[in-house]
Amino acid sequence: MSKHENERKRTFLLITIPILALFICFNTIPLIRGALYSFTNSRGFGSHDWVGLRNYIDLFSDARVGKSYLFTIKLALVTTVVVNVLSLILALGLNSKIRAKGFFRGAYFLPNILGSLVVGYIFNYFFTYIIPALANMTGVTSLQSSILSSPNKAWIGVMIVCAWQAIAMNTIIYISGLQTVPEDVYEAGGLDGATGWKQFKHLTFPLIIPFFSINMVLCVKNFLMVFDQIIALTKGGPAQSTESISYLIYNNGMSGGQFGFQSANAVVFFIVIVVISVAQMKFSSSKEEQL
Amino acid sequence: MKKTSTVGKPNRTVMVLLILGLSTIIFPLYMTVVIAFKQPSEMTNSISGILSLPKVWSLQNFREAMEITDFWNSLKNSLLISVLTVGLSILLHSLMGYTLGRNKSSKFYNFVYLFIVSGMFVPFAILMMPLAKQTAEMGLANWFGVILLYVVFYMPMNIMLYSGYLTNIPLALEEAARVDGASTWLTYWKIIFPIMKPMHATVAVITALAVWNDVMTPLIIMAGSSENTLPLAQLNFQSQFGTNYNLAFASYLLSLIPILVFYLICQKQILNGVVNGAVK
Repeated sequence: MSKHENERKRTFLLITIPILALFICFNTIPLIRGALYSFTNSRGFGSHDWVGLRNYIDLFSDARVGKSYLFTIKLALVTTVVVNVLSLILALGLNSKIRAKGFFRGAYFLPNILGSLVVGYIFNYFFTYIIPALANMTGVTSLQSSILSSPNKAWIGVMIVCAWQAIAMNTIIYISGLQTVPEDVYEAGGLDGATGWKQFKHLTFPLIIPFFSINMVLCVKNFLMVFDQIIALTKGGPAQSTESISYLIYNNGMSGGQFGFQSANAVVFFIVIVVISVAQMKFSSSKEEQL
Repeated sequence: MKKTSTVGKPNRTVMVLLILGLSTIIFPLYMTVVIAFKQPSEMTNSISGILSLPKVWSLQNFREAMEITDFWNSLKNSLLISVLTVGLSILLHSLMGYTLGRNKSSKFYNFVYLFIVSGMFVPFAILMMPLAKQTAEMGLANWFGVILLYVVFYMPMNIMLYSGYLTNIPLALEEAARVDGASTWLTYWKIIFPIMKPMHATVAVITALAVWNDVMTPLIIMAGSSENTLPLAQLNFQSQFGTNYNLAFASYLLSLIPILVFYLICQKQILNGVVNGAVK
């Protein structure tokens, strides 16, 4: 028996070592290197010197970085709310008594499988040409020029494209949540006079809170890291009004000669993501315990 | 009262609203198809000009777009990267998930589990600059390097899925094989790997979708090589379309067709896979 135990242990170790080595090589080591670069004035090529905490100090007084954080957080918050409200309504509709349920669910999920870069390009054309043309004909003056060329409105365009794809995903998750609610809960609730909004607020929603948490975590994380949509729609413009954090790090770090400085930005971004994710998980697990 | 409406006839109002809502999905797709087939001269600024069907259904735009974006080569690269990543993920992540899931009582393996799973919080933004350097130094600034990176990036998520699924598989199954004298390695491939089939499907779907549509990794790693993936081809050739939007839309449509076909064929598996991946 102990001979077998040894064989088992050896096998497990032989599996773990190469896979763990691969993970360390392409995740842990670049993470550490990124953190180290954040203390240098590297431009991405040539020689560089240690500059201590200067990058971090500069980061907090850099207007462009501050602007990108404000934009990204605003986008993430607004899109998360919009997506969750719409996908909950859609999920309730798709879960109700309707014909061709399978078809509707399949069709509403479609946007999620399409590549976000190409979706972004398609919507870019819509915002730039089709919507202004339609607005011209119908006389809606506020939409006659492209919203993507207005520093105040461009973020709405990004928000719409992000939401268009994310709603598909969140709806599917809400539907699987709604399916866990047994029919007799509604029947019992119906006897107590819980129908419509009351039924949703007191019966349905509390029962699908775990799914609500999943969607919250998914949304916030994805939208904070938004990149493809920015590249396809605005390239950070106009007037740097839609520069997401990922886009700024990519743009200025990879080709803008700010390798060291943007590494510091990436470290701060990493910490922000960890703090938000941990806070969300703590919050949602405490919510679930109350039930 | 309430019962009649939930159990009785289909809800018509909801159906009408759902059909109306569907237009937000169908309209952009319809426009994409229409623009892809039209000629620049047909692109007028009137409502009918925008919405009308093309005069001739010619494939000329597609032929030109294929040439500009080197479509078949990009498609080949995208397929190669996606298929190999999915294959390697299923093999390696399931093995690792099994190892970690069966050693929950060991401090070392628990640490390894937490160490890898916490990789989920690492945003690509912090890895991209060091990885661009590192892959170049290692001679991996190509499709093979991209595959290795994907295997690492999706490892945290997939290992969590596999080791979670393993808790449903009783240890007795392995012990029975052990009595027959089979090694752990053989037992895994003969008994555990086939049983985890539902999880393989989930992992395959979520990994394939993520890899197929990913822009950032190939953008940063393969930028120096002359090779493209489908999304990368769209990005790299965007400027070459100039103002010929018909050509550009033909190219967009071409890049969407493979995944659309895949979705039409395996819609059920894809929906199940995506839900399992998110909910588990």
